[in-house]
Parts: sequence; structure tokens; C-alpha cells
Amino acid sequence: MTKQVTLTIDGQQVAVSEGTLIVNAAKQIGIDIPVFCYHPKMEPVGMCRQCLVEVGRPVVDRATGQVVMEDGKPKIQFGAKLETACTTPVSDGMVVLTASEKAKANQREILEFLLTSHPLDCPVCDKGGECPLQNLTLAHGAPASRFIYDEKQHADKRVPLGDLIWLDRERCIQCARCIRFQDEIAGESVLAFYQRGRATDIITNSEPGFDSIFSGNTTDICPVGALTTADFRFGARPWEMKAAASICSQCPVGCNVTLNTRREAKSGGKVVLKRVMPRQNEAVNEIWICDKGRFAHHFTENEHRLATPLARKDGKLALVSWDKALGLVAGKLADAKGEAVVLASGRLSNEDLFNLKQLADGLGGEALLYTQMGGGELTTAYGVPAGTNFAEMGIGTTILVVASDLYNEAPIWYLRLKQAAERGATLILANARETKLEKYSQFVVRYSYGDEAETICGLAKKAHVGEAITSAENLVVLYGSDGLGLDGSSALAAACAELVKSRAGKPNNGLIGVWPRANDQGAWELGFKPVADLKAVFQKANVVYIAGADPFGDNPELTSRIPHHASRIPQHASRSTHPAPFIIVQELFLTETAKLADVILPAQAVTEREGSFTSGERRAQRFYPAVPARGQSRADFVITAQIAAEFGLELEGRFAARVMDKMAATVKTFAGISYRELAETTEQWPIVGRGDLYYGGTTYENKQGLGVILALSPSPTGRGARGEGKPLRPDEDHWLAVPVTRLYDLGITVATSALLKARTGGAHILLHPDSAQKLGLAAGEQVELNGNRLEVRLDPTVPVMVALVPRSMGVPIAGPMVAKIKAA
Amino acid sequence: MFEPILTRNIHRPNSEKIATYLAHGGYAAVKLALTKTPDELIEMVKRSGLRGRGGAGFPAGVKWGYMPKGAGIQKFVAVNTDEGEPGTFKDREIVERDPHQVIEGVIIAAYAVGASRAYVYIRGEFFLGVKRWIKAIADAYEYGFLGRNILGSGFDLDMSVHRGAGAYICGEETAMLESLEGKRGNPRLKPPYPAQAGLFGLPTLVHNIETLACIPHIVERGPEWFASIGTAESKGPKIFSVSGHVNRPGNYELPLGVTLREIIYEHAGGIRGGRELKAVIPGGASTPMLTASQIDVPMAYETLKAAGSELGTGAIVVLDVTTCMVETARRLTKFFAHESCGRCTPCRIGSQRLYETLDRIESGKGTMDDIDRAVELARGIDGITFCPMGAMLVNPARSAIQHFRPEFEYHILNKHCLVCKSKERNYG
Ligand SMILES: Cc1cc2nc3c(=O)[nH]c(=O)nc-3n(C[C@H](O)[C@H](O)[C@H](O)COP(=O)(O)O)c2cc1C
Ligand code: SF4
Ligand code: SF4
Ligand code: FES
Repeated sequence: MTKQVTLTIDGQQVAVSEGTLIVNAAKQIGIDIPVFCYHPKMEPVGMCRQCLVEVGRPVVDRATGQVVMEDGKPKIQFGAKLETACTTPVSDGMVVLTASEKAKANQREILEFLLTSHPLDCPVCDKGGECPLQNLTLAHGAPASRFIYDEKQHADKRVPLGDLIWLDRERCIQCARCIRFQDEIAGESVLAFYQRGRATDIITNSEPGFDSIFSGNTTDICPVGALTTADFRFGARPWEMKAAASICSQCPVGCNVTLNTRREAKSGGKVVLKRVMPRQNEAVNEIWICDKGRFAHHFTENEHRLATPLARKDGKLALVSWDKALGLVAGKLADAKGEAVVLASGRLSNEDLFNLKQLADGLGGEALLYTQMGGGELTTAYGVPAGTNFAEMGIGTTILVVASDLYNEAPIWYLRLKQAAERGATLILANARETKLEKYSQFVVRYSYGDEAETICGLAKKAHVGEAITSAENLVVLYGSDGLGLDGSSALAAACAELVKSRAGKPNNGLIGVWPRANDQGAWELGFKPVADLKAVFQKANVVYIAGADPFGDNPELTSRIPHHASRIPQHASRSTHPAPFIIVQELFLTETAKLADVILPAQAVTEREGSFTSGERRAQRFYPAVPARGQSRADFVITAQIAAEFGLELEGRFAARVMDKMAATVKTFAGISYRELAETTEQWPIVGRGDLYYGGTTYENKQGLGVILALSPSPTGRGARGEGKPLRPDEDHWLAVPVTRLYDLGITVATSALLKARTGGAHILLHPDSAQKLGLAAGEQVELNGNRLEVRLDPTVPVMVALVPRSMGVPIAGPMVAKIKAA
Repeated sequence: MFEPILTRNIHRPNSEKIATYLAHGGYAAVKLALTKTPDELIEMVKRSGLRGRGGAGFPAGVKWGYMPKGAGIQKFVAVNTDEGEPGTFKDREIVERDPHQVIEGVIIAAYAVGASRAYVYIRGEFFLGVKRWIKAIADAYEYGFLGRNILGSGFDLDMSVHRGAGAYICGEETAMLESLEGKRGNPRLKPPYPAQAGLFGLPTLVHNIETLACIPHIVERGPEWFASIGTAESKGPKIFSVSGHVNRPGNYELPLGVTLREIIYEHAGGIRGGRELKAVIPGGASTPMLTASQIDVPMAYETLKAAGSELGTGAIVVLDVTTCMVETARRLTKFFAHESCGRCTPCRIGSQRLYETLDRIESGKGTMDDIDRAVELARGIDGITFCPMGAMLVNPARSAIQHFRPEFEYHILNKHCLVCKSKERNYG
């Protein structure tokens, strides 16, 4: 334990650990020292001088080393100069005056300096109402300025630093928080100061501008309205908006967010989602979110959302009532019984998936998980248990990341692992190609595509790396599906599980799946099984009930294998004679799959309803409704319960909380969990929100729950079927095409968010420059891959004769495949 | 008559050449120093009473003593030739005319503190200085005073030159280290001090080159000899750069403690055209100015402090009665506002506001309140900035108002200058 130091701040005694800065010691006892440049997540710099306080220290007799006493108390000597509370660590016996006349005068003075040069356009400033400069001026400023100048220094007010962030140069107070966030936290040094003195300016030095996937966070910590997001600027005043707690649904990290909404004339008097803000959860996302989570929220309001049930009539989809749709669907399912298949994805909540599973079980049918990544039965058994927190990992912890490009797949984990490595954790990156996190790793293990599982099996015996794994006090293994499909990732998961098995149940140890969707882990916990051969499913089943998945959109080839439906799309000829299954699709949009459906049931978006997700770290977390539901749409779990009710199966269909109660009663890993427990919070450091937005930024305080990490399930018996075939290899004229995940893909959330879509570009593959040369291609030219025309992008980190094919970018790719590639 | 020490060679032909330096006893001090232990050398410098000549006047020996001991750590010496202080041109003279004297000081200092690498930081505009540094270092290598196993002692030292890009603040030691690292020249948070964590985070001894030029003489002639020159708290010789309205501007090497009067009237030939003296800036533009009545003050750290100013770099700017003090304050403040690095609020904004206030007064647009406002601003900036620049930049304005307030009032009331009676501004 670190040494405790006792000091007095404004007459209050406080004991804090050695090395604590005065500003934080004061905060801990509720004394707010005004700050601008200081931010509790970053190194102090002492630049703005706002936090000056009077500091006295006990006088020590040089000869004896004893504290000099005066009237029975230690004699305190105050320095001639004020000291910055944000850079000065506490010391024993220190006396701090934060509100003495001298300190107050200087706090007033700095504010006065800042204000003499500030445009004071609060009435049109996005920050107005949640602005540290406004708030601190009210709290500490002088009523009138002694320096009234007509001449304000004017500067450009509309500078796009990049597509997403705008700078108002007049408002900037040069605190460097934005620069330091990019340097220290994001590790993407794309901002800098330019010029000096009064002309000091923020610039971006990347091409394209402000090239970072964490850029939105700078707008939260900018203490003025200098940085605004292109998505929200001039969108609403902070006090007009309501706040609803939510969980980001874009990736398995499960960042806690707050959705700000407003009823506005501009949107026809409807309540609409205006912006997504981070919500503090120090064990999950701290106070950050990535730009996808912040900006890819426009799917909720998209005009193409499904609003009513549809059923096929005379070959065409036509409006029907809910009663009719439910009746029709229930009838088909009841008839199909064991021939019914539920196909759902990790886009759905725990409650939705639980009800779907119950329904499938009730019918004697199957509940299948739509996924191209396996191993969930292992993360359920050997996952990280309660008490796990990346923030606590440092020296003594080894973190192995296999086949995952965390920067693209789970950006906040990328940040947190980077920080763990900076604290001294041993980071090992194993992949067939270089990924961004490697910069922070101690060891890099390079294998050939196809050798993933084998490489990991042999890892513990390798010199150095092996020791780092076996002798680590804590070991966390994250595996993903970079370059892998279902078979490969399942085999890899099994290999990874071997490394952590013996540590099962120990906090900060275990296996984490870097799933493609927010709640894949939840689906595994609830008993969904992956499916390797979808074609077979559609050929065999009588009824397929698809929720939150678009298999036909992802793989148009599937269509031609479904005879009856293929006939609906004339260009695909039918070859099979099997009868087609009845297809039920529960969706937000009229996806390619929905277009083939017999009945479409409109579902509510995550922003419109209650529910919970299980993150990759197996933390169940609640989200809450923020905006009214679109049209007649219903929550997935409600729809499922209503269908079940039609044929007499009783499922909870009114309250999400009760679904959780049922889950807690029947699913082992959810045992004992309730919505109330998920909503519990404890004090977190740093203190944010409340009156403290000058300190932590506009991130929201978490009052709605920190979530609960699930219990581990018993070890699975037997091994799931997995392909043990020979790894695919490229040869003379056969390329190896492998899937990779990009943060910004053409999935519906990005596609409906214009700003991000602009950053995404079109369908492409990535080749090593040498590979491209072999094909006689230059960057930007077109290739043909299995009949798809694609743009070529060059990337020297791709192995030769390998093509990286981004998922959800217009080319179907379920797993690695040998392909013919030629210039188009 | 004082016998020049630091400038004893500069009037010789080819004084910058190593041959000239060697012919006049050069590098003898290195040979002598290498026979002593590092601790002995540190002790000698402490006893000599030498204080830094870069402006702050910190005791050199004490700074050497702060460098961590032991051979296990990489340590550096950083040589400050940035010389940005207006009025100062002594360092330039030294590098251009006698660079080997400094190299000799660097070698001894590096040996004493256990540094194996020395960097010279030089103001970018010193074109000749850069050339002379490079040539001198190359020659020192050739003669075996730099490089591996110097003079067979087993001591290694490498040295190279880095050019600045033109910023006053890069003369501040931590900004200089940032700049040396290839970064934006912003001052660093202290502590840690350079001696604890300097260049690339490693212990670094930073010195002005005039300070370093004293070292060979201390080693050769002994600390007692050095301490016999000067006053109680200001020891040794000092090069005074004299500029302004004097008949013979230039560098004058004299013992510390010499009076301003002697420098101006005896050495610099008195005031141009026999005019009356009005004010003197005694230690470079950033030190408070003194009035004509104060020139009997001895040029020493303690006496100037008592007189309300500072020895600074010892650069004396002499202003006669034709000088408008409002314009002087305005012009100097403009310089500092331009040179503020912009890192901290009071200096970045305060300096600009102070300049604007003075500019208003000077151009006849001011009000009587503006004078108090300027004083208030100066008080507000002083003492709360990140680096010492804030305390320095307010000096011209504050001292000009303190000593010449009626001139400011005259500008405001009459909308023109008391001295030249002109509304026109003569300079930028
Ligand atoms: C704003 C500012 C500018 C400075 N400029 C110079 C300079 O140009 N040359 C210099 O030698 N020291 C300069 N200094 C002083 C250095 O910070 C440092 O004290 C000095 O280089 C140490 O060497 P010394 O102990 O030999 O004087 C400056 C200090 C400040 C605060
Ligand atoms: S843009 Fe904002 S965060 Fe960045 S330096 Fe300016 S005020 Fe600070
Ligand atoms: S006082 Fe502040 S702005 Fe001025 S030079 Fe020093 S650090 Fe830079
Ligand atoms: S200097 Fe302490 S908050 Fe800026």
C-alpha cells in the first residue's frame, strides 16, 4: 500500500496517498479547485494557471531535521508565489488555502485574462450550458473586467479539423487538452499547436485531417466550445435535451453511453436522438467512446425503418395488422414444431435471445446463432470473472491478443490494452499481419493464415513468450476472427482456452472473445449454437424465424440455393426441388433477407426500448429507452412472447425486468442477477458530471448502473465439431482471401450515418504492394475476385499472395477462401 | 587597469583558430583538469563563487553538485548559445572569436559531472557563429580534445551543434532542451530540473557559454584567484555588452562590481553627442530600467537587486534624453508579447494586453486609467506564469511607468510625445 500523507486544505484535514496532486486531494473532500488544462486522466501540465492556490509547508530545522513548533503547532511557511494545485503533489503537514484572498484574486485574474480574449458568443455556442469557462466564471470570476477592450482578437470560427470535428479558433483557450488526449490517451498524435504567443493555434497534422477514431472525445474534454462535432454542432442547447442511459451496440466492449434527445419542431414535433455521449464506467470504457459509437446512431431516425408488420400476399409484401401477422407466424411455427429454426444474432438483447431460445425449445426446434466466429462455449466457461478490470492490469499481467485487430474491432479495448501495456503489462500480439496495437506490445508472434490454432498450441513452449504466458501472475487471452471464419475461430478458441483453463475463476484471468456484435457473448451464454452450413438450414427447415440478422444480404449466393425464394428474384434460377421454408424476419430495415420473407415483424431499435447486453468481458449491462418507438414496432422479446402466446407457450412479454428474472432463475451464469442489481453504482474516480464538468469533461456520471459480470458456467463437455482440415494456402495463381473487420464498414449503422459513410469508401480489398505489382495493378484500380469488382488498396502489412477482404463491405466472405484474383 | 581574461585572445588575428588558441596556452586547463577527480573540480567551481551568466545567476558549482553521481547513467552537457535577450551580444563574440575557450570549459564540465555527450544549442541567426562552432569542434576532435579517450585519460566526450529556429523562449533552458529534442520549444514543468531529468529525460548540465568560458581559468589559476575578483556575492570577470546612446558601443570585459557610471563614461566613451543620460537598462531588455541618478550602482548581482533591478546578462542599454520612455516600454513589450511561447494564460494573453495598452497610450488614444491598468496587468502577470518569462516581460513597462509616469500622462493628455513632440511614430 502506498504511504498516506496528511494535509490540511481550507481547514479540513485529509489523508491521501503519497503522490496525490493537491487538486485531487481537494476534490476528494469536496473542495473544487478550478482547472482548465488539468484533466484527471492525463499528465498535469500546469499551463492555464487557473488552479493557483496558496501552499504552506512545515518549517524544518536544518540542524535537527525536526519540524519547528510555534504555539504548540508546527510552524508553517507559505511560499512567496502561489502554486498550481494541478502539478504540486501533497506532502505531510502541508497547508493549502484554495480560497484565500490571494488565491481568489489570481483565480479571478486568469478568468479575466481568458475572457478579455474570448468571443463570448455563448448564445450560439454549443458548449453554452455545459461550459467549464461559463461555470467557472460564474463561480470564481469578477463581476466586471478591468480590461475592457473594443479590440477582440478575431480568428477563424469555422475550421474543419477533419470530417467529424470543427474548430472555432476564437473560442480556444489553448489548454492543450485535445492535443494531449490524442498524444497520451489515443496514441494518435494528429493535433498540435502552431504559431506561438497570442497567435497559438490548434492544427491537425494528419492527412486526412484529425485522422483518429477517438476524435469525438476531444469535444467532451475541451473546456470551451472550440471543438464541436460535425454531427451535433448547432443541433440543440444542452438544457433542452433529456438524457437516457444506454449501452453502445456497435461492438463487444459495451461502452456505457448517454443518449441525449429533444422534442423539436425541426423533426415534426417528434422526440429525436441528438447525440451520443460517454457515460462513466471505469471498468468498461472509463469516460471515453469511439467515433463509431458516437456518430453511428442515425439508424434510429432513418426514414426507411420498418414501421408495420408486412406479409406476403400474391407474391408481394403487403401491410397487415399485428394480430394477423402474429397469428400467421404462430400457426406456421406450431405446425413446423421441431422443423422450426430460430436464427438470431448478437445484435439482440439478452431478453430477446432468451425468449427466442425459450420459443425454439418449446417447439423442439433449434436456436441458432448467426455468426462467423465460434468458441463462445469456451468464453462462457473460461471467461473473465467478476473483479476483472483492464484498468488494474499492469506489471505481472500478460495479455495475449490473437487474430484480432482491436483498433478496428473493439476500439476502447485497444485504448485500455495500450494503457495496460504502458503501465507495464506484457502485451503479446499474435496475428498473420501487423495490427496497430503491436506498437505497444512486448512480443509479436507472426504466423501464416491457417496456422492460428497450431501456433497458439505451441506458444507456451516457446522461449520468452512462453514464459511470459506461463509465469504471468494474471493472464488474459483475447481472440478474434481476423482472417478466420467459424471453423478457424472455434479451433483457435479451443487452443486459447487451454492457456487459461487452469486459471478459471481468478479475477483478471480468462478468455475474451472479440465478437463482431455487441451481444454475441450473451447469445452463447443463453445457449445459442453456431451454424456452419446455412444453406443446409434453409433447405431442411420448414419455418425459419430470423431476428436481427441478414444472411441473404451478407451472402447473396445463398439466395440461389433457396429454390422457392429464388424464383422471387428472377435472375437466380432454381435448381432444387425441395419446398422452400416459410421465412419470418424480425428487423429494423427491409434488408435483403426481409425482402425474401413471408412475414416481416418490425422491431424496435436499442434506443427505443429496455434491455440488456452481455459484453465481451461478460458484463451484463442495462440500456433504457430514449426515444419513442418507430410506428408500430415492438421490442423483439415482446414480439417473441406474443407469438408464443398464440400457441399457448407462456413467455414474459411485458417487462424486460421480468425476462431477466426468468433468466436468473433458469440460466446458470445469470443466476441471481436482477435489473435492480444491474442498476447499482458505486463512487467512481475521477468524479465526473454534476458540477464537475470542468474537471472530467461533459461525459455523464453513471447513475444507472455499472452492470454485473456473469458467473462462469461449468466446463463444457466434449468438443464441438470443428473443421480439422488442412489450412488453406495460396499458391502460384491461387490467392488466399481472408476476412477482416473494419471499424467503418457498410453495415446499416454506418451506412445510415452520412459523416461516417463518407469516411468508409466503397468495396475494396487490401493487397501488399508486391502482390498488386504482380497483378499489374496500382492503388485505386479494379480487380475481380470471384466475380466481384473491387477497388485495390495497398497495405504493406498484408502478406504476399493474400488479399484482405473487409467484412460488410459488399463482398461476401464467411471465412478464408482460395480465390482467383485478376485485374478487371 | 583590469587585465581581460575571457576576451584576452579575441583581438588577435585568427583568434578563432585552434592554433592561435594553443599558441596562447589553450587546452592547458583540460590537461590539468584530467589529473584531478571530478569531485575536486566541482569543489573548485563552488569555491570560485562563479554564478551563471545566462541571466539567472545561479551558482555554477551548486548546479554541478546536483548532477547525479556515478558512471552508470548517460549524462549530458547542453551549451546555451541562444542569446536572445535584446541588448546582449557577448555570447556571439565569444563563439565567433574564441570558441575553443568554451570547448575547453565544456570538456572540463563534462568530465566533472560524468557526461559523455555535449550539445551546443545556437541561435539560428548566428550564421558565422554556427560555422565557427562547427569548425572549432572538428578541430578539437582532430587534436584529440574531443572523442574517445581524450588525451589518454580514458574520458570520452562527443560534441555537436544544433541550430535553433528563432525563438527567444528557446534560450530558457527547458525550452531549449525541448527544442534540442526536435520538439516545439515550450518550457517544461520544473521540477524535475535539468540536472535530474533534462535532455531525453536524462541528467543534463545546462550552461551559458560565458559561464563555461570561465571554467578553464578557474582550473588553471585557482578558485581563490577567481573569487578575488568582484564583490562579496558576485565573483569573477564579466563581459558587459554596451549599446544605445553611447559613443563606443561594444563588449567590455570588467570585474563584477564595476559601477555603471564607469562603464558608460570611461569605457563606452560617454553619451553620444554629450547629451544628458536619461535611463539605463542594466542587464538586458528584460531587467527593470534605472534612472540617470542610479548609475553609481556597482554592476553586481546583489547591488543591482537592491537598486530594484537585476544583473541579468549584463547587457547595458543606455538611453539619453532624446528617448521616449513610453515608446521604449511599448517597443520592448511588443517584443516580449511576440516571443511569448503561448503556453500559459497570463503571459500569452497578458503580454498582448499590456502591449495594446501601451500602444494606446503611445499613440495618444489612451486614458489616464490606462496607466494604472498597465501597472495592474504587470502585477497580475508577474509571479503566476509557468516560466520566468512572465516576470521578465513586465519589467520594461513597469519600470518605465515607475520612473517616468509624467511622460505617460503627457502622452495621454496631449496626444503626442513629450520628447519628440511628434505624433508620428518613428519605428515599428
Ligand atoms: C525567457 C528566458 C530566456 C532565456 N534566454 C537565455 C539565453 O538566450 N541564453 C542563455 O544562456 N540563457 C538564457 N536563459 C537562462 C537559462 O534558462 C538558463 O538559466 C541558463 O542557460 C543557465 O546557464 P547559466 O547557469 O550558465 O547561466 C533564459 C531564461 C529565460 C527564462
Ligand atoms: S481546442 Fe479546446 S481542448 Fe483544444 S486547446 Fe483549445 S480549448 Fe483546449
Ligand atoms: S510565461 Fe508562459 S507563455 Fe510565457 S514564455 Fe513562459 S511558459 Fe510560455
Ligand atoms: S495550470 Fe492547473 S489546471 Fe491549468
